[in-house]
Amino acid sequence: MSARLLFLLAAGGVLCAQVPFERILHADLEPQNWLTYSGNLNGARYSNLTQVTRDNAKNLELKWVLQTRPPAEAGSKYEATSLVVEGVLYTVQPPNAVVAVDAVTGRIFWTHVYNPEPAARLCCGRVNRGLAILGNTLFMGTIDGNLIALDARDGHQIWSTPLGKPEAGYSVTVAPLVVKDKIIAGPAGGEYGISGFLAAYAAGTGKELWRFNTVPKPGEPGNDTWAGQSWMHGGGSIWTTGSYDPALNLIYWGIGNASPDWNGTVREGDNLYTSSVVALDADTGKLKWHFQFTPHDEFDFDSTQVPVLADVTWQGRPRKVMFFANRNGYFYVLDRVTGEFLRGKPFVKVTWSTGLDAKGKPVRVGHSTPEGMVIYPENQGGTNWYNPSYSPRTGLFYIPSWMDTHSINTSREEEYREGNQYTAGGATHEMSALRAPANNRRSQDSGWGAIQAVDPATGDVKWQFKMVDVTDSGVLSTASDVVFAGGREGYFYALDARTGALLWKAMTGGQITAGPVTYAVEGKQYISVPAGNAIFTFGLR
Amino acid sequence: MNLTRVCGCILLTVAALWGQEGHGVTPADIQRGAQIFLTSCASCHGPNGDAVSGVDLASNKFRRARTDRELTDLLKKGIPGTPMPPGNYTDDQTFAIIAWLHSLPNAPRMGVGAGSGDPPAGKAIFEGKGQCRTCHRVGGEGGFTGPDLTSIGGARRPAELESSLLDPSAEIRDANRPVRAVRLDGTIIAGTLLNYDRYSLQLIDTTGKLRALQTDKLREYELLKTSPMPAYKDKLSARELADIVSYLVTLKGLSQ
Repeated sequence: MSARLLFLLAAGGVLCAQVPFERILHADLEPQNWLTYSGNLNGARYSNLTQVTRDNAKNLELKWVLQTRPPAEAGSKYEATSLVVEGVLYTVQPPNAVVAVDAVTGRIFWTHVYNPEPAARLCCGRVNRGLAILGNTLFMGTIDGNLIALDARDGHQIWSTPLGKPEAGYSVTVAPLVVKDKIIAGPAGGEYGISGFLAAYAAGTGKELWRFNTVPKPGEPGNDTWAGQSWMHGGGSIWTTGSYDPALNLIYWGIGNASPDWNGTVREGDNLYTSSVVALDADTGKLKWHFQFTPHDEFDFDSTQVPVLADVTWQGRPRKVMFFANRNGYFYVLDRVTGEFLRGKPFVKVTWSTGLDAKGKPVRVGHSTPEGMVIYPENQGGTNWYNPSYSPRTGLFYIPSWMDTHSINTSREEEYREGNQYTAGGATHEMSALRAPANNRRSQDSGWGAIQAVDPATGDVKWQFKMVDVTDSGVLSTASDVVFAGGREGYFYALDARTGALLWKAMTGGQITAGPVTYAVEGKQYISVPAGNAIFTFGLR
Repeated sequence: MNLTRVCGCILLTVAALWGQEGHGVTPADIQRGAQIFLTSCASCHGPNGDAVSGVDLASNKFRRARTDRELTDLLKKGIPGTPMPPGNYTDDQTFAIIAWLHSLPNAPRMGVGAGSGDPPAGKAIFEGKGQCRTCHRVGGEGGFTGPDLTSIGGARRPAELESSLLDPSAEIRDANRPVRAVRLDGTIIAGTLLNYDRYSLQLIDTTGKLRALQTDKLREYELLKTSPMPAYKDKLSARELADIVSYLVTLKGLSQ
């Protein structure tokens, strides 16, 4: 631990509560706080805290639990990553109730219940993935299509900006990203044929400053990858947070599926920039480069995973790279300066393509059909919104993985009608797609879950921590070589980051569908994760 | 997918019944409805329509729809303020989905004309020659090796019941999964799996005792793919088989 880091830790109690962007930019220097969705703008969800080690993790114990209040809605899931600033933990109980609590005891300072319009419509649960903070202001997307700002001191609403009509299927579930004085966010709604975009909003007013159309309009580059007028309802949703490289001043963001999901015959072409990662100038929103993981997607393979940025030695020379574990089952390494494809390798069983060509384009073997096509992985993918983690100490990339899953992908005719689902087909699975069953009696023949550690240099899986059921949990890694993650069964685990050996586990009694965070108050490290209808926080006894 | 596999075998039976009642539903309608349901609805409602807490689509009792017209509206408009979204269905597609929903085993119509046998005769075979009570319970009496059949008439179609009698291992539902565990000392524990994860199994053993086993205290365990139930293909005549199916169809729970 550096002297500067020790100083910041010691000074934590007297730091000003304001969170200027400089602090977010250097979040690794104050690991006692969790200032942005991934802990750091590079998306790695890696913490410099080291109090909990491989040796003492067995001494972790429950410190507090915060139940949703009132009880969570039926069908909702707790997917929000918490923020922690100077001993105050901010979380979002589904769908849109913001709560500020004492990070040591879980006692509530304030609650702001945002009541979404009844017109709000979502494909897959009334969820929220977390907040952003800048200065004394919190920012949250709402399921009825707004981006709102709240005063972090008392929760009162400061402004609200609509991103799209909720009755047309626009919702905002993503945790926004703060870049300089801008709040970056975009709408979900890939199952409603929205016209997707990523936009920057002024932190003080909510005014839109720039917009990048994820499905380009006529005259914009990429519009010719959409046959006819299919771009009009082409999807390209935003629902998981991106990352930012300050040296390059580029924002990186994964884009959702094309609409309609399963019938690609009505949208011939590659359908840019769906199922892609885009690199945008942070000041203007101009496209610097893009890489499309699944051209002309027909399997609902959103590329809404977190792009993780790392500076590594790649084949003998320093290189700025991006790691991307994609829903389509491949793990990618890209040059994040240029978007050049460097490596791609399956991390789960993949049958929808036979491999990637020299430029990383998948070799497709089939399409969704009216009769149905069986593919591995299933349409929920090899991984999904649940965040990965990268440890620069171990050099390993940790992926919550759905192993050996398949689905039957079926297309059908469907016309676009505003506000109605526009999927033109669907997928059948042998497991519950969105939430854990109360009892798991499913044979593992139809799939199982794992936390996998991939060596980016080779794409090889170095270790695998197996679960019986699949996992929707994010992963956290720390500088003391501990990995935290959970699963649908309700266990929350501490694993050896180098070997995958189990160090400790706790039963939370609910499905874990969010990313864990770690923080410290008065020199004591905590690890916190939502599970079921509550948030659980652990520390050393 | 359970429903997909069983779908074909029940279509003719159900459609024939409905056709007699003048609903004009064809096997193709139900098949189409099943496909739309499985691809568009099952991600939330589950393949058996019971995954949302408090909602059992198989019961055909809908809190917000009393008629097929209201059900059509609900499918197309969704339920504002809830996770139920509007579906982009044509009239033909909603007709097919509703046909499928009405084909589910707890739908009231399914009691009509189900089975051609004699229920009292079937009950006698069940309790006598068939020795079914050795392993199955009805109304609290019987063994624990197989599933409780007290409400089986509301949970399975006649064609499915017949299929299970003829070839019990052809399809074992997850809810009836037999499990066999061997302790470190060699003791064998057999029962029906209730739940499991990496560290533990929860099961009900053949004596009716709830057991929780820690996997690190087991030599091995296995989720069995063959049923301990004997096949009755050569043990019962066609008449006896029809009788026993007719009896099982009458089992609708203790209140009845």
